[in-house]
Amino acid sequence: MIRPLEHILIPVGLIAVGGLLGWSFFLAVTGEAGERLAAVALAHVPDSGVSNPVTSVLLNFRAYDTLLELAVLLAALLGIWSLGTAGSGFQPAASVLDGMVAGFVPLLILSAGYMLWVGAYAPGGAFQAGALLGAAGVMLALAGHRNAGLPSEGRLRLLVALGVFVFAMTGLLLMVVGDGFLTYPRGLAKWLILIIETAATLSIGATLAAAYLGGRPAAHPKSGEAT
Amino acid sequence: MTGQVLYAQLLYGGSGIVLVLLGLWSFLVHAPLLRKLIAINVMGAGVFHILVAIAYRGIDTAPDPVPHALVLTGIVVAVSATALALAFGKRLDQ
Amino acid sequence: MIDALPLAVTLPLLGACAVTVSPAHARGLGLLAAVLTAASGVGVTAAVWSDGVLRVDLGGWGAPLGIALEADGLSAAFLVMANVVALAVSVYAGGYFKSESARHFWPLWLLLWSALNGLFLATDLFNLYVTLELLGLSAAALGALTGTREAVAANLRYLLVGLLGSMSYLLGVALVYAAYGVLDIGLVAEAIEPGPIAWTAMTLMIGGLILKAALFPMHFWLPPAHANAPAPVSAALSALVVKAAFYLALRLWLDVFAPVLNEAAANLLGILGAAAVVWGSWRALRADRLKLLAAYSTVAQMGYLFIAFPLLAATPPGLARDNLLAAVVLLALTHGFAKASFFLAAGMVQKTAGHDRIDELGGAAQALPAATFAIGLAGVALIGLPPSGTFLAKWMMLEQAMILGLWWWLFVMMVGTLLAAAYVFRVLSRAFNREPTPYRFVNDARTELPALLLGLIATFGLGIAAQPLWALLEQGAFG
Repeated sequence: MIRPLEHILIPVGLIAVGGLLGWSFFLAVTGEAGERLAAVALAHVPDSGVSNPVTSVLLNFRAYDTLLELAVLLAALLGIWSLGTAGSGFQPAASVLDGMVAGFVPLLILSAGYMLWVGAYAPGGAFQAGALLGAAGVMLALAGHRNAGLPSEGRLRLLVALGVFVFAMTGLLLMVVGDGFLTYPRGLAKWLILIIETAATLSIGATLAAAYLGGRPAAHPKSGEAT
Repeated sequence: MTGQVLYAQLLYGGSGIVLVLLGLWSFLVHAPLLRKLIAINVMGAGVFHILVAIAYRGIDTAPDPVPHALVLTGIVVAVSATALALAFGKRLDQ
Repeated sequence: MIDALPLAVTLPLLGACAVTVSPAHARGLGLLAAVLTAASGVGVTAAVWSDGVLRVDLGGWGAPLGIALEADGLSAAFLVMANVVALAVSVYAGGYFKSESARHFWPLWLLLWSALNGLFLATDLFNLYVTLELLGLSAAALGALTGTREAVAANLRYLLVGLLGSMSYLLGVALVYAAYGVLDIGLVAEAIEPGPIAWTAMTLMIGGLILKAALFPMHFWLPPAHANAPAPVSAALSALVVKAAFYLALRLWLDVFAPVLNEAAANLLGILGAAAVVWGSWRALRADRLKLLAAYSTVAQMGYLFIAFPLLAATPPGLARDNLLAAVVLLALTHGFAKASFFLAAGMVQKTAGHDRIDELGGAAQALPAATFAIGLAGVALIGLPPSGTFLAKWMMLEQAMILGLWWWLFVMMVGTLLAAAYVFRVLSRAFNREPTPYRFVNDARTELPALLLGLIATFGLGIAAQPLWALLEQGAFG
């Protein structure tokens, strides 16, 4: 049976939208914008404290975006926590999976550290590192570790708020000493970015793993091990 | 801009537009939460595709880092939103 | 050197961190952060008032590379309304949420506040996308705090609709960046030219925003989401969150897309606004629950704001247009105060009566004179009776519509006003039956006084003392 809305109206509408989008996009890339912000961004990379252009944009030129984005991540986790407690988790894994997880998790943590460090001059950075940490948590949860390797609720709360807190405090302190909000002094930029990124990595990793559990930690968490 | 760069930008940007349309179609037509969420994420992938396409400036020129950073920010926002929506869905299933 | 602009965004962020880390002290820390944030928000407005437009380049880079925060008259006006309403909501919430729910309310509420302040001060199109998402996520999570099935389902729908809206907005931003190579509002406005790119980008961005502002027929998500949220959250959602989407649509309309506007787009927004006024008022009249009535009334009141677009488009720049713009802002601000007052008072009535079915409210409402008085004050502002700010604003809009010869907008606004009078009196008439006279005017100061104060501001403050708004908007918003 043909449903007019679903089979005719929406597809025809979408094709029209697509045509318009395609046309605009064609005009936009063939237009005169040319370099866009590439030249000015690349020219300022040496002043940013890191040599990876994407990290310069994320943690320096547009650091304020990144601060708010960490807040979005925190809001999502707080929303998840407000909806109920985490489920009882998965069955403890059999020895093969458990052994594999025991081998992979340290490797993931090590790679996360590498990602965090390498982000200063090559592709990488806090988000990639945080994602690896989060993946380690997911792996632990899948293998039956009830809290995905996360610490007790009190410390977990500290971890998930750490990124926003360090970021915002750094910004405010720089403002108070007279440089301006999130305006890093030339020589300190590299270290300030590293501090912020480290805090952000821990927060992102903990938040992603906690979000995967799908609810706030149980009131009396057993120790991380489910065995 | 050389023809080859333009060609790549149009090819990848055009694919991005197709992804946006597919996602939008699926979002409008399908009722289940999971399908709607996947649809939103496909749409998001399409928008990110377009941003990455305009960042490309040729094989031996550094790409524009600004859209790359925007995409990274956008991905984290999309992950957060998806996680929250899934928690809502889980709550409704209980 | 202390800049008030970043403070208005970071203070609630830091407050949210503190409350997250120490949930046992959620209420005390939350209220402290609320007072500090409101002070910084009001401080920004005071500074704009005395010194003119404020701008801070975050990171010291400046546009186009960096992101700036800017407060002109328009942002300052919305900022002060949002911060006063949010402070009142916070005081009310201090008494409303008990231990367990307070732990969840406060951090999300402070994040939402931070997003609001960030949105009103933002100058960067992509940064606005991040603030929109922060706003949408925290609003949906707060709306579901009651935990009932209806609330969760309604707010999940709100979340999904909001995501679709942001996605459409972001696509527009991507097109703008592709075509003009900048993201700063001022620089985009300089570069933009009439043509298919500007048109498509405008449709995508404003289209995404009217989805979030619940303009008819995209309002379907609003009534269930706002009616099922806890009272202080309903107040914030109806008074502030949809208003933020409207503010952004107005900002883009005035500052970014000004060179590419045409009357067809303005008329379309106006027609949708008119439909919202009639349909929202009608459904409010027919609503069986107090909070549902208030939510439909929000749909109608958002409609009035969009009727302003065709009037603005048809008025040539000059004094008349400045007055019209100020009238629209006055209408939005008054509705913010009035609707927050209405929802807070309705929450008090609901808590006392145990339900909010309008037909059975009589005794409960009569036993709460202060709450009922607040509903009455808010009702005066919702209808647009003198001396409320709405009266002045509607009067100026009607006058301008008549001068322009656009009498059909006049007709719609009259119908909406009559329907509003009907639904407000429908509530108030229930409160005056023959119950024994109550002993006390105020029964619970912490929940009733904020509602009462907001109602007084909406009815007397903004009506009688509207002049300062014009002076504030002189700072960069007129022109």
